[in-house]
Amino acid sequence: MKFKTFFLQRVLAWALTIWIGVTFIFFIPRMFPSDPVENMIAQMQTRSGNMDPAEMEALRQQLRVQFGLEGSLLKQYGSFLWNGLLHFDFGPSLMSYPEPVGDIIGRYLPYTLILSLTSTFLAWVIGNFIGLLAGFRKNKKSSQILESIAIFIYPIPYFLVALVLQIIFAFVLKWFPLQAVIKTGVGFGPWFGSLMKASVLPAVSLLLLGTGWWIISMKSLASTTAEEDYVRYARFRGLSEGTIGKSYVLRNSILTQITALAMSLGGVFGGSIMTEIIFGYPGVGSLIQSAILQSDYNMILGCITISIVAISTATLIVDLIYPFIDPRIRYG
Amino acid sequence: MKKFWKTANFRLKAGLIITCIFMFVGFIVYFFPHTDPFTFNTYPNNLGASGEHWLGTTSMGQDVVWLLIEAIHNSLLIGLIVATIGTVVGVLVGLLAGFAGGTLDRVLMVITDTFVVIPSLPILIMMTSLMKGGATVIVMALVLAMFAWAWPSRQIRSMALTIKERDFIHTARFSGESTMQIVVTEILPFALSWSLSNFMNATLSAIGSESSLAVLGLSPGNLVSLGNMIQWARNYNAVLAGRWLWIGAPIVATVILFVGLFMLITGYNDYQAMKRGR
Repeated sequence: MKFKTFFLQRVLAWALTIWIGVTFIFFIPRMFPSDPVENMIAQMQTRSGNMDPAEMEALRQQLRVQFGLEGSLLKQYGSFLWNGLLHFDFGPSLMSYPEPVGDIIGRYLPYTLILSLTSTFLAWVIGNFIGLLAGFRKNKKSSQILESIAIFIYPIPYFLVALVLQIIFAFVLKWFPLQAVIKTGVGFGPWFGSLMKASVLPAVSLLLLGTGWWIISMKSLASTTAEEDYVRYARFRGLSEGTIGKSYVLRNSILTQITALAMSLGGVFGGSIMTEIIFGYPGVGSLIQSAILQSDYNMILGCITISIVAISTATLIVDLIYPFIDPRIRYG
Repeated sequence: MKKFWKTANFRLKAGLIITCIFMFVGFIVYFFPHTDPFTFNTYPNNLGASGEHWLGTTSMGQDVVWLLIEAIHNSLLIGLIVATIGTVVGVLVGLLAGFAGGTLDRVLMVITDTFVVIPSLPILIMMTSLMKGGATVIVMALVLAMFAWAWPSRQIRSMALTIKERDFIHTARFSGESTMQIVVTEILPFALSWSLSNFMNATLSAIGSESSLAVLGLSPGNLVSLGNMIQWARNYNAVLAGRWLWIGAPIVATVILFVGLFMLITGYNDYQAMKRGR
């Protein structure tokens, strides 16, 4: 297979994932019996008492245009794809009207990316390293203990680990503030310091969970690989355990883990949304939460669309790295 | 049974015991006569642990023990519904794709692969936020089930592809069995053991998704689930007030349930691998 064919296939799959995902979030709300515009108007009425009928009608029209609910379904779909997907234009945010949704997300997204990408990468490296040792030296007491810890932590939902860490370190020990505060407009030093302080607990909880899975999966991969004939042969040849571990067991099992990393990114992102919300870390997760609380439909749609694009792209990148690491694959 | 207990590994046994306890609490103890735990001010507020209220009462005068029992019941119920739908649909789609081959296979696999990598939580947030917490248990389960079928269908398809080429399938075909018969009598038994472990996994992740949505305030507001119970305790500042039994009970229960189920899954997989190795 030529590299070009492989590349085109992956890019096609990437475009398809985004398209199906976005089509999904476009059509599902329109199949629901509840109308977001009617919901908003009902909410405004309960807030501000009786409204003038003519005024209400004008408001309804304005909201319908704003939500992109005017025109035929096909036309709406077309303009959604064109504006939203290709230009990241989701209209104005309702909670901080009239700032465009795209600009606000652009401010929050880097924080989420820094947090989730760093912790995912670290978790992958640390987890695979521990897992390799645990699988390669199965009968050592230390590797059994490490695996038991991983099995105890991994299945717990993200938000729960975050919540428990918050209760212990912010409520009881008071080492960290309850809600993350990031200072902006005070120069690089204070900003960076506050960012670090705000990131510690979220990063630790993401790391704990992420590492757990890589330990468990790498351990089982490594212990199967360690029983292969070529490993036994290498041992007969008198190679050192370190060399066997590095160039036979690690190289053969890490490939599976790269594919697994690509497939896990969606879940990791979901986890980082939950973690952000618990700690009040100012990323896309917190943005989604306040958008839900204030019924900012444009904002929700924008955040979700950008999440789908971001995760699919990250998955694509990891997928494309694969052939460069696997020496068995040669593209002409 | 005795033989099983002797050969089973520690994780399988521990997981099985924990899961059975939760099933007993959720589906048997739940039906003991009791007053509706959701009703506010049934009892005095903020009682500590006592003989009458083992885990005290909430600041809305609800009994924590019964609230917890109902939460376990509902969370397990949602998990089981989602896992059932996901497994059945997944197995059917996977078998269909694996055996039909050709264009149908390709189309089904493109859709399946998309659903495997698509970030489910953002889409779930989108859908439930439009329902404004007004969904029923069944609607919630259906929404979660949309993301539970893709992984099993992918696995079952590859299983079907390898099994299809084995000799006994050819024998069955030549002896005049129809495709449907072959699938039911020859292939399903193969897929069943894998499906069982996938079923438990799907239960686990469905309970996890529901409780994540609950923390966002997106689970049905009147549904007593583990996630909602944690969320209510957070909303009424149980932590700041130091009401550890109230917030601690659902957290500890969720952790034990998840770890127990996970031990059951990995223990069961190891057990199957060991049985095959003999």
